[in-house]
Amino acid sequence: MITIVNPGPQALVQDLGRPGLATLGVGRSGAADRRSLALANRLVGNPETNAGIEITFGGLVARFAEAALVAVTGAPCPVEVGTRAADMYGPIRVRAGDELKLGRPSAGLRSYLAVRGGIEVPKVLGSRATDLLAGLGPEPLAAEAVLPIGVSTEDYPGVDLAPQAPYSDEPVLRVLPGPRADWFTEDALESLCGGKYEVSTASNRIGVRLTGPVLRRREPDRELPPEAMVLGALQVPPSGQPILFLADHPVTGGYPVIGVVEPADLHLAAQLRPGQRIRFRAVAP
Amino acid sequence: MQVRRCGRDAALVELSGLDEVLGLHAALRAEEPSWLVELVPAATTLLVRFDSKLTTMDRAVECVAALEHSTVDTRGMDEVVVPVRYDGADLADVASHAGMTEAEVIERHSGARYTVAFCGFAPGFGYLTGLDRELWLPRRETPRTKVPAGSVALADQYAGVYPRSSPGGWHILGSTDLAVWDVDRDPPALLVPGAPVRFEVLR
Repeated sequence: MITIVNPGPQALVQDLGRPGLATLGVGRSGAADRRSLALANRLVGNPETNAGIEITFGGLVARFAEAALVAVTGAPCPVEVGTRAADMYGPIRVRAGDELKLGRPSAGLRSYLAVRGGIEVPKVLGSRATDLLAGLGPEPLAAEAVLPIGVSTEDYPGVDLAPQAPYSDEPVLRVLPGPRADWFTEDALESLCGGKYEVSTASNRIGVRLTGPVLRRREPDRELPPEAMVLGALQVPPSGQPILFLADHPVTGGYPVIGVVEPADLHLAAQLRPGQRIRFRAVAP
Repeated sequence: MQVRRCGRDAALVELSGLDEVLGLHAALRAEEPSWLVELVPAATTLLVRFDSKLTTMDRAVECVAALEHSTVDTRGMDEVVVPVRYDGADLADVASHAGMTEAEVIERHSGARYTVAFCGFAPGFGYLTGLDRELWLPRRETPRTKVPAGSVALADQYAGVYPRSSPGGWHILGSTDLAVWDVDRDPPALLVPGAPVRFEVLR
């Protein structure tokens, strides 16, 4: 059993989400940086589908009532277990009664904590993910929250370190144009890929709000009937400033999408910090 | 039918209207290709998500195109009957905007036959088409911060039922005790795309 002493700015139970329910208005949700959660699970010998904790901007303090094997991945931050410093990206032994503390990340935004056996809160629609937009799954973790540890495990992986490539100060995200690139002026894709965008403080798990070159529509007054939105979509509201959709994005939306960020770059999108600058590069299908 | 690429593993299929969207949705569900991951119907589009390990965009689109004009009978879906207490906060407003009495609003709203076009906004929130044209009304200028679960409402050309308490800008005609959304029930949503719906006056 784990008791949250301090959740930090935001700590959420996350797994890989609820795929296949968009027809009912339920998005996939799950870890924003799925790759980092999956890695943390592998490092403790969990199936990748086990739930862990997504910690935004560090600050988590959690007390373990029982001995456990844990791993912390994603945004690099100081990790302390009891009074000892511990390394990220590898399995960490925690003794009964130990407190695990995460400091502020030096780069990136979201760190992931996996516990051997998984976080075993009740599933909602087949998943333990917290969907902040839809209001499904466990509540955001608060002080005193108690999380049972499950028994879902695989063999130990026999790996004790899986280093994370350093996060770039100014990452480049690859974008596949469409579905509505033709709704924009001819130079819009060039503007998107030519300039730099700054990550706004209004960003969250729904999307990364960006400020930079304005993307103009050919017919600004033309209405788009609501249509399906996907993970990584760059939706452009009338302001012309794109929003990059993350894990808790709405299932449908009424503004055109100029392009979709490549799946292989979504883990970088989930690690963008407010104030950081990014660039886009268009790629061919 | 126009197909637009939507990332690496989805095609956004643009169709002429809701009937085509629901037809293709039903046809793909019946066909159940092995590569099909998810279908998301909307007002005039159907998003087809595929498993890129099992097929390519071109092959998926070919399969979708072959099903475009197939007619699948969706009449087999059970009608959802929603019992309504027509005592909503906006009933009088809607009546005055539509230039009719409250009784007429109730008669027209409960007399129409609806179809769930698509879901969105919140889990289990179905956009119902079939609303009497006289009741088409833009959303409220100022959305309410809290609309109770079970509120029966309308906006633009759609009717709907709030699946749970949430902010909302639709005009509220009344309320129902029918749980249109329940995560512990299978299926969790009653108002699923293609389902026929009718509102019944509770007296």
